[in-house]
Amino acid sequence: MLKVSGLNTYYGHIHALKGIDLEIKKGEIVSLIGSNGAGKSTTLGSIAGLVRSQSGTVTFLDNDITNMPPHNIVKLGISLSPEGREVFPALTVHENLKLGAYIKNDKRSIADSYERVYELFPRLKERIKQTAGTLSGGEQQMLAIGRALMSEPQLLMLDEPSLGLAPNLVLLVFELIESINKQGTTILLIEQNASMALSISHRAYVLETGKITMEGLAKDLADDPRVRKAYLGA
Amino acid sequence: MSGLTRNCVARVIIQQLFNGLALGMAYALIAVGYSLVFGILRLINFSHGSIYAFSAHMALLFIGMQFGVIPAIAMSIVLTGLLGVIIDKTALEPLRKKNSIPMAALITTIGMSNIIQNLLMIFFNTERKPFPAFFDFGMIKLGNLQINSTQVVMCIVSLALLILLTLIINKTKLGLSMRATEQNAKAASLMGINTNFIISFTFFMGGASAAIAGALISGYYQIVYPGMGFMVGLKAFAAAVLGGIGVLYGSVVGGLVVGVSESFAATFIGSSYRDSIAFIILILVLILRPTGLFGKKDIKKV
Ligand SMILES: Nc1ncnc2c1ncn2[C@@H]1O[C@H](COP(=O)(O)OP(=O)(O)OP(=O)(O)O)[C@@H](O)[C@H]1O
Ligand SMILES: [Mg+2]
Repeated sequence: MLKVSGLNTYYGHIHALKGIDLEIKKGEIVSLIGSNGAGKSTTLGSIAGLVRSQSGTVTFLDNDITNMPPHNIVKLGISLSPEGREVFPALTVHENLKLGAYIKNDKRSIADSYERVYELFPRLKERIKQTAGTLSGGEQQMLAIGRALMSEPQLLMLDEPSLGLAPNLVLLVFELIESINKQGTTILLIEQNASMALSISHRAYVLETGKITMEGLAKDLADDPRVRKAYLGA
Repeated sequence: MSGLTRNCVARVIIQQLFNGLALGMAYALIAVGYSLVFGILRLINFSHGSIYAFSAHMALLFIGMQFGVIPAIAMSIVLTGLLGVIIDKTALEPLRKKNSIPMAALITTIGMSNIIQNLLMIFFNTERKPFPAFFDFGMIKLGNLQINSTQVVMCIVSLALLILLTLIINKTKLGLSMRATEQNAKAASLMGINTNFIISFTFFMGGASAAIAGALISGYYQIVYPGMGFMVGLKAFAAAVLGGIGVLYGSVVGGLVVGVSESFAATFIGSSYRDSIAFIILILVLILRPTGLFGKKDIKKV
């Protein structure tokens, strides 16, 4: 479904991605693991079109989307819930979700999307008219995920969706990711909590200072002594 | 005798009030241009006054070509809107792409302002040219009051446009995407919004409303010249800051305060004060309320 090959991205002189290769198949949950500054968010940003890459290619469903502007990439079916939520603070919960469905025109299907998001996050439904800036951190995170779902993406990319959530909510978010996936959405996930991420993923990649150093089935990586030592605190 | 004088003073006051309201509404139309661009780019577009002057010259040019006043103004509105877009595309967007410092964009708008004004001088020369009083329908009687119809037209047209603008911003999908881009351009692009288009559209709306104000004010004073945008631009900018820049209804209130204070100052203090009173009020308001009358406390760029 998504294929990234030889991707190189720079921020000025900082060589953030040094030839990344990865592939995601339809229906999978794939995790990207790595320590702070490894280049995880940059990888998602490069796929979503937020960050320009200097060389390499990104293909999605037979479309070359390398360095395509972000608003066109969304239309092809990739949605990113960015690191740090990035909700629209002065807009209401409902307006934020409405923007999530910006690329859709069919009223019926937009209504279905609202329904689905409010079903996943009843707490958002109680706060339809509240401005996003006044939501708690956890609620903002739910809104960011919900907003990314509104376009009914084929590939949903989540950058640290459980960041700043209370432990019971973290659990809920992981359950949600699994259920969203079961409903047919392919998922590319970044999580600080590597053990939980691996537990729900099919496959995973380990990223170290801009390079992929390991890849494989999630359960194999979870048993790998190097991964256990570096990322699972074992 | 004293009754007669009192009557006279009252009439002058009301006359000047309408004069001020009419001018103020037109200032408000120009002020929203500053406000819209500031909202979306956090940039003060100092070329806006020259854009306004450009519009008046375009209207004059097309009127001279016998297109008829209203079609001429319509063409000027479109051209002026496009001028705003061109300024952004040629000079400002390249700076954004390079992530240059905000000061660079600010200086660029001042440079653009001079370039436009200079071109106007070259093609239309510096002299003051007459502009038709195209919406003068004589005096309107309201009881025993007489009001100039030009002032009424200016008020109504400006108000209608400001309401239309507010409706576009608050009620349409385009308006929602403008507000989203204003709050977080990166997130807006992730929603599928073409933020460059939104920025262009914002410049277009700013230019178009300046052109409408240009037609109204030119028809009111019946005079047009290349430097006409300087003082009007500054006053409209003062109006925008006074009301709280980035807040549309703030621009309207700011425009009215500037317009009314100007016309009262000219009548009761002396016409040499007409251009400074707006700024005296601005300074006082800013000391008391640094964000302007309706400004948001903290416009944080995410
Ligand atoms: N806008 C930027 N300008 C300059 N350097 C940047 C920028 N964004 C990221 N970097 C650098 O690129 C590298 C990769 O950053 P990235 O955000 O992709 O890391 P990450 O793996 O997501 O880290 P974290 O787990 O902390 O979120 C880091 O060294 C970072 O300092
Ligand atoms: Mg990150």
